[in-house]
Amino acid sequence: MPKSSAAYYKMLTFWHKLTDYKYFWPVFMIAGLAFCMAASTFEFLDLYLQLILIYVGINIILTVSLNLINGYMGEFSVGHAGFMAIGAYVASLLTVHVFPPVAQNLLFPLAILAGGVGAALVGFLVAIPSFKTRGDYLAIVTLAFCMIVKSVLENIDAVGGPRGLLGMEKLTTLPWVFFWTALSVWVIRNLVYSNFGRGVLSIREDEIASDLMSVNTRQVKIIAFVVSSFFAGIAGGLFAHALQFINPRMFDILKSTDILIMVYLGGIASIGGSIIGAIIYTILLEILRPLGVWRMVLMPLMLVLLMIYRPRGIMGMKEIRMFLPLRDLVTEKLWRRKKKETTDASA
Amino acid sequence: MAYIFQQALNALQLGSIYALIALGYTMVYGILTMINFAHGDLFMVGAFFCFLLAVYFHLSFVPTLLLSMLGVACLGVIIERLAYKPLRNAPRVSAIITALGVGLFLENFTLALSPYPKHIPQLLENTTWAIGALSISSLQILIIVLSLVLMLILDFVVQRTKAGMAMRAISWDKTIVPLMGVPVNKIISLTFAIGTGLGGAAGVMYGLAYPVIDPYMGIMVGWKAFICAVVGGIGNIRGAMIGGFILGGVEILVAAFLPSTYRDVVAFTLLLILLIVRPYGILGKPQPQKV
Repeated sequence: MPKSSAAYYKMLTFWHKLTDYKYFWPVFMIAGLAFCMAASTFEFLDLYLQLILIYVGINIILTVSLNLINGYMGEFSVGHAGFMAIGAYVASLLTVHVFPPVAQNLLFPLAILAGGVGAALVGFLVAIPSFKTRGDYLAIVTLAFCMIVKSVLENIDAVGGPRGLLGMEKLTTLPWVFFWTALSVWVIRNLVYSNFGRGVLSIREDEIASDLMSVNTRQVKIIAFVVSSFFAGIAGGLFAHALQFINPRMFDILKSTDILIMVYLGGIASIGGSIIGAIIYTILLEILRPLGVWRMVLMPLMLVLLMIYRPRGIMGMKEIRMFLPLRDLVTEKLWRRKKKETTDASA
Repeated sequence: MAYIFQQALNALQLGSIYALIALGYTMVYGILTMINFAHGDLFMVGAFFCFLLAVYFHLSFVPTLLLSMLGVACLGVIIERLAYKPLRNAPRVSAIITALGVGLFLENFTLALSPYPKHIPQLLENTTWAIGALSISSLQILIIVLSLVLMLILDFVVQRTKAGMAMRAISWDKTIVPLMGVPVNKIISLTFAIGTGLGGAAGVMYGLAYPVIDPYMGIMVGWKAFICAVVGGIGNIRGAMIGGFILGGVEILVAAFLPSTYRDVVAFTLLLILLIVRPYGILGKPQPQKV
């Protein structure tokens, strides 16, 4: 074995031991939150870097939540930007027009939550056609939904119409983004590895068979859509208060395409993949910024090449070990031991 | 009455452009079960070819149209060979994402080359006849007639020629057809060439009817044409034509009787209702699912 590979193996085992440690997640969360708080209060990261980190967080929320529908449930939803728009508008209307200016900071989580709930209610409505229509036809339903949201927002003068809405204070700070990102990853990861999540996977593999195995497919679809759109709404609220300006054109089909690209870049049905995809896509776009307009030529080219040489994305259908539940790790360990025993016996 | 006829004529014009683009979607889908999301951008490239040929080479209408169609068809075949062919056995979504990537590439490449919206010169002398209160322009008639002719030619090719038979056979069963000696790769390339060529023709006509073109014009029109294809029943060529005329009709109707900003809302809501009532489109056959 070459030296570098041995060192890599050693590091990997160390990393696995670290992530398997009982208090790894609480320690990681607290450390992350503390880092974000310190970064935003003492400003040892400059504002530009902080903004990029905020966008990374928002994109992680969007990608992980879309992965629930497109990756784990196997549908093809292209309307995620629509849910995001609803969350953004509900949250901003609350902070601009309803909440008193003094208590903005305290009531901010409420506004974000309201945005999520608003998006979730609409997600419930979108889930209903998904009982009958599947595949490309469901893609059209979500696409039409996304366009309807955009057009409706453009026609309501009370929210600014096509001019958009402004007057939000910059309430989205790094700690809040970290909190909501961690929450969305936690909820969706636990959902996927719960009993319910097995139902979601069974719909992807074979809907009729899972119906016969007494999975309540309608209920599963509704919950998946509601949870996914809830987090898209939350991401929208955070996005609106990070940018301090929204208009309907921001949430058109191009935004949905962006989210789709992040999901499939990272790989479907993988929480870790979604996080990696969102981070790589967001940061790469920032790094390539000096190229000007040619960066948007280079990005799709890289995406096409990635798809040709690695059609399942970076982590497609695989999971980072730290997101796997303990029982899977135990099964894997037992399986390895058994395999070793059989190979030893045969030798 | 004249107003209604006027709007019907407008609807036919818009609908025939939508139908031409929708045909490209539906042909590719029928043969590869893949949604070619770059198709709307190929339509845009067609309009830009038209601009290029008309402004820099001073060609007249007929050579412009033919060369644009040819150029877009070549581009379509190149894209199929380079980007889609390696993914034929990959999961379906990777092909879709590749198509989205190719579409973004075409948009942004055009944007990098020509950052400002371009104005297509008038290639044809546009005469307007007034019949009572009705005014008919020669351009409108040309667009409608030309697209109908193209559609009839396509229908003939698909239904009556050997290549068309091969196309229908491939969309029927992909595993058996190569055993019968059908050159699958050639037929797929031909399908792409015809589908994207029609999209290019639609681009030229759209450029003549609405002369200001920009690199992002293909997105909205492309997605709308995709909706037409699905409404007609995706994979069904006659369905795509019907879907195109339906969407064109609905859009013009809404714009005629309501404020034009409501056009998209009403059109898409109607389409949603139609899809909920008939989940497989108008001419699509419901496919029973098997376990």
